[in-house]
Amino acid sequence: MESGKQKTVALLHVMQPAGQKNSGTGCASSGGKGKSSCGSSAGQGDLSPEVWEKVKNHPCYSEEAHHHYARMHVAVAPACNIQCNYCNRKYDCSNESRPGVVSERLTPEQATKKVLAVASTIPQMTVLGIAGPGDPLANPEKTFKTFEMVAQSAPDIKLCLSTNGLMLPDYVDQIAALNIDHVTITINMIDPKVGAKIYPWVFYNHKRYTGVEASQILSERQLLGLEMLTARGILCKVNSVMIPGINDHHLVAVNKAVKARGAFLHNIMPLISAPEHGTVFGLNGQPGPTAQELKLLQDSCEGEMNMMRHCRQCRADAVGLLGDDRSAEFTTDKVMAMDVTYDRAGREAYQEKVELKRQAVVAARNMELATLAGEHSDVSILIAVATKGGGRINEHFGHAKEFQIYEVSTAGSKFVGHRRVDVYCEGGYAEEDSLATVVRAINDCQAVFVARIGGCPREGLKAAGIEPVDRFALEYIEQSAIAYFKDYLERVRRGEIQHSKRGDADIRQGALIA
Amino acid sequence: MAYKIKESTCVGCLACRDECPNQAISETNFVMSIDPTKCTECIGFFADPQCLSICPIPRTIQINPDVPRFQAAV
Repeated sequence: MESGKQKTVALLHVMQPAGQKNSGTGCASSGGKGKSSCGSSAGQGDLSPEVWEKVKNHPCYSEEAHHHYARMHVAVAPACNIQCNYCNRKYDCSNESRPGVVSERLTPEQATKKVLAVASTIPQMTVLGIAGPGDPLANPEKTFKTFEMVAQSAPDIKLCLSTNGLMLPDYVDQIAALNIDHVTITINMIDPKVGAKIYPWVFYNHKRYTGVEASQILSERQLLGLEMLTARGILCKVNSVMIPGINDHHLVAVNKAVKARGAFLHNIMPLISAPEHGTVFGLNGQPGPTAQELKLLQDSCEGEMNMMRHCRQCRADAVGLLGDDRSAEFTTDKVMAMDVTYDRAGREAYQEKVELKRQAVVAARNMELATLAGEHSDVSILIAVATKGGGRINEHFGHAKEFQIYEVSTAGSKFVGHRRVDVYCEGGYAEEDSLATVVRAINDCQAVFVARIGGCPREGLKAAGIEPVDRFALEYIEQSAIAYFKDYLERVRRGEIQHSKRGDADIRQGALIA
Repeated sequence: MAYKIKESTCVGCLACRDECPNQAISETNFVMSIDPTKCTECIGFFADPQCLSICPIPRTIQINPDVPRFQAAV
């Protein structure tokens, strides 16, 4: 942070994501009706080699990659040109984890140094995104200057951009010229009447527009921008915030509209609307969806297009693997004090090792999957997994800040989401009922896979009907999930256990202590 | 009159500075201010004051009562 009065900027706009963000799958939804048969972690699947090359190391576009590769955002774009009812630009708390919130504001020069510092410390960091904290294209000079400088000093880093789309048609040529080949557009509606409930105003051509007219302009510009990008072969992801009662059913139509315009991936994210954030939705008591409501909508759109389910709705200054933020190690003061040399060869060598590990994960999964061949059952279960990354069950139950959720059936295993279970910094639950918080978050799961677990939570989980499983400690997640599922089916057949559907689960709201 | 920026509610996003047709808005250590000798309330440029139109925080851009109203050259 610069010296003198420190006024931090807490602004808007859902990114993506990256996270928010990111492919529920590693494959394209190319042509024809429906998408082809790639699983959420299937890797190349039916992707053309060109597309696979673009997404394979991109944690926000490939679910499989997000276990192995990291991304970073630099907060060079503080200004925004629209207002969203899920964003409060005044909010600032260093423990806050929400799209649009950031604790620092960087110049393009500072941002470039930060990218080099992170690239040297975290060699599996492959992607730089600019996502705010306002809108990158409301700050075009700072955004494109940063991309130019990074492309010169670190040409192997992929560049991506996340925008509300209002100014997108004006900058498509510049985006293409800078080889920014991943663009995320946040599209919450294609009907301006729906939009009027989400966007109070947009600033366009030197004028503030309100009401339906504002959303009409925004929607036309978003869809035009999307068409122009995909016509140039630039990969586009669409982020949508699911706002129950406002656009939840409408998002099915949004899904069809963006698919028709060539979007590669759709990321439907739950509304974050804790009252303490002071957003319009938060103050009005507008609820977000439950885990089941979100999954149902994602599942219903999946027949049409690849869905992303691993978005962490991260901040505009996030650093590291998704779900494991390391931005505190790279504050401006620390970065400026670092002596950085960019070691491209070292990074490539490291990434080759990551690649081998990743292939081992896939091979193990496929081997286990082969043993399910010929099995048919209607049973499908959800499993929560404590992991630190690398596709392994390698986190202690009590240390997990989130659980990854896998759905398993005789068709195979599939990543279907994640649940935060970290402690709130305000307005949250007290420590003594942290187990209750975890149970609420994974209540729809039959089992939880952990590296280790204490006796007390073990009993508590069992009492809640969730089986704690530590026998796969340090093993591969999907291989273990399939093995567990086979055993589960066997136990059901022997009558040892009865299979029944579990209830719904909470999506945690509020601040993250990273 | 010119416009002024209420420091206590401004988030320092710089949107107003980038839109100002008179380069009247500057920032020092995240504090934004409008030079009343340069501000024309956007008269002669746009129908609406640009800073007021893009500012994300209500009632942060205000009329500055300490200076006389801007007079466009006749």
